[in-house]
Amino acid sequence: MEKEGLGLEITELRLGLPGGSAPILVDKNEKKRVFSDISGDHENSSTDWKLTQTKNQAVGWPPVCSYRRKNSFQEKDRLETSKMYVKVSMDGAPFLRKVDLSMHKGYSDLAVALEKLFDCFGIGESLKDAENSEQVPIYEDKDGDWMLVGDVPWEMFIESCKRLRIMKRSEAKGFGLQPKGSDYKGNVAK
Amino acid sequence: MMNYFPDEVLEHVFDFVTSHRDRNAVSLVCKLWYRVDRFSRQRVFIGNCYAISPERLIARFPGVKALTLKGKPHFADFNLVPQDWGGYVQPWIEALARSRIGLEELRLKRMVVSDESLDVLSRSFTNFKSLVLVSCEGFTTDGLAAIAANCRFLRELDLQENEIEEKKNHWLGCFPDSCMSLVSLNFACLKEINLAALERLVARNPNLRSLKLNRAVPLEVLQRILMRAPQLVDLGTGSFVLDHDSDDSETYRKLRATILKCRSIRHLSGFLEVAPRCLPAIYPICLYLTYLNLSYAAGIHGSELIKLIRHCGKLQRLWILDCIGDKGLEVVASTCKDLQELRVFPSDPFGAGHDAVTETGLVAISSGCPKLNSLLYFCQQMTNAALIAVAKNCPNFIRFRLCILDPTKPDPVTMQPLDEGFGAIVQSSKRLRRLSLSGLLTDRVFLYIGMYAEQLEMLSIAFAGESDKGMLYVLNGCKKLRKLEIRDSPFGDSALLRDVGKYETMRSLWMSSCEVTLGGCKTLAEKMPRLNVEIINENDQMEFVHEDSQKVEKMYLYRTLVGPRKDAPEFVWTLE
Repeated sequence: MEKEGLGLEITELRLGLPGGSAPILVDKNEKKRVFSDISGDHENSSTDWKLTQTKNQAVGWPPVCSYRRKNSFQEKDRLETSKMYVKVSMDGAPFLRKVDLSMHKGYSDLAVALEKLFDCFGIGESLKDAENSEQVPIYEDKDGDWMLVGDVPWEMFIESCKRLRIMKRSEAKGFGLQPKGSDYKGNVAK
Repeated sequence: MMNYFPDEVLEHVFDFVTSHRDRNAVSLVCKLWYRVDRFSRQRVFIGNCYAISPERLIARFPGVKALTLKGKPHFADFNLVPQDWGGYVQPWIEALARSRIGLEELRLKRMVVSDESLDVLSRSFTNFKSLVLVSCEGFTTDGLAAIAANCRFLRELDLQENEIEEKKNHWLGCFPDSCMSLVSLNFACLKEINLAALERLVARNPNLRSLKLNRAVPLEVLQRILMRAPQLVDLGTGSFVLDHDSDDSETYRKLRATILKCRSIRHLSGFLEVAPRCLPAIYPICLYLTYLNLSYAAGIHGSELIKLIRHCGKLQRLWILDCIGDKGLEVVASTCKDLQELRVFPSDPFGAGHDAVTETGLVAISSGCPKLNSLLYFCQQMTNAALIAVAKNCPNFIRFRLCILDPTKPDPVTMQPLDEGFGAIVQSSKRLRRLSLSGLLTDRVFLYIGMYAEQLEMLSIAFAGESDKGMLYVLNGCKKLRKLEIRDSPFGDSALLRDVGKYETMRSLWMSSCEVTLGGCKTLAEKMPRLNVEIINENDQMEFVHEDSQKVEKMYLYRTLVGPRKDAPEFVWTLE
């Protein structure tokens, strides 16, 4: 269940990149909150015990058996188009590309495909060791938020990913990730 | 008085005692009854395949004809149990074959079945009649071919939600021409099928009552099959779409006409792929349906679902996706007055949930359907007020499983935990046997469960509670508890060890991502030799020091008469 090599903080949902950086304010109405934020709101919850993963993204939650997961979710989309093409941009590359997420079995598979597309190395490494790699793969999810690739189970990722971006680490430091509804557009890749 | 009757009379009386629990009780009355039950018992249920060995089963019940076996723990359904954990049926089949047991029926759930096992099964028991596999894995269509080819008197082959590797072997064609005894066939979980063999099979099996097709069976073939089998009682359609070609309306017209002749259909499922415009063809049979399962029919939108349901006035059991919405549930409530069981599954568990259901839908159901006794409900949110209303409207729950997609969500109106709501449910439904909790919950809900849930047999807990007291309330209060499964809750050694004898009265306990430590588990294992205390340690952690204070990621313990199992993989440690 644990992500190898990543600290606990990586699995917390917050609007920022791992590896330090400033604390980000989380909008109270924002759906994506860590358990400890919620439990702090209630006086009868005295525990300081935390979930090791955010509640929305725990392994095996919601408790739907794997056969059902494979056979009934997003069937509508699958009927209309079984493909899940998303745009991929890479900092420094002149053209955007597209990948079909449904063609890949998991993150390492996708990393290999991206490396071939952009003729570069290091994407696979960046998934395993985000803090030290040259590239930072991020994606825009259904809510319009930019998230680090690799945190959530693969099935969840392909359902919610709308576009991908492979950022250079040097760009990442200035990258503004904004809460939904904010006026500020931030320097998000088009 | 009964002791003066010859054994045959006792046996005859026991024949009327059919439930396995009642038979178990009968066998405990006295030595005579134990003996008579022992030699006359034909149906045996083994809820945990590691609680007993095949040899001991055969020794005690040499006349066994129908066997049910369950393998992996329930949480294996949700990927919490690694591959190769266990649950192999091979040793059972081999032992039964060696002892020449007259096996006729085998029902397996969450077990690993190999092609070899199926082959041995098919050749070892001449009167074998029924094979039911639920959530099993490890076999291919080669194994099915062996069953088809060799079981001359096969009546039932029911494959529910299994992971089956499909070879290009047309297994269905392996049923010999002389096979005319089929009553029930379900291959919905397969992706392919040989259509010609299917039609021939249906044509020569006039006793077919239950037929569940897969998505490879197109509408045209369904129509021809229904022509051959208008006597069907239980139908699972495969694909329910028409191609956009010129034969469109002709096929549809034929289908409608054929369906009008199928007056016996009472259970309907499938619609694995569906073009909603074809649905009116089934409206005529909706009138008589008692069971409708549309939980895999993601192609039917809310409004079409509602139109369909308006025709189903006699439904007793409904399985549906949450895209029906609260409004759709209100229609169910006003149409299906005889409803006893409702299951609402999530169609988009990680999405925005626009179409999902809330407490409103559930309250509507409870007020329209007072006979409701079994519920599985995945929803966006729930309130205490709603649960209290449901408890009042429906005091007959046997099964109550609520799953709020955000597992620690409080009552959104009051921001309170859902303790009071669940408390109302357990207090009002005195016959409650199974309960699954979710939402923000403190120790209080467990206090209520311990106090009121006297008949509770199975409890599933996730992300709930605050301290060991929670778990203790349950262990102390629920005298009939058999299965307890807990994940991501702050229960530790103190709760685990308070009453170690309790676990011998239960089938099993699962605890994952809780606070129990290796030391606590070791202590338990030492004190209770008739429990297998298994630790699942999947992480390849070189740093995993075997320190007693280390928290255990996954623990599964169960009572057993046969000691630690010999087939445990290296990531499962049985403590002793």
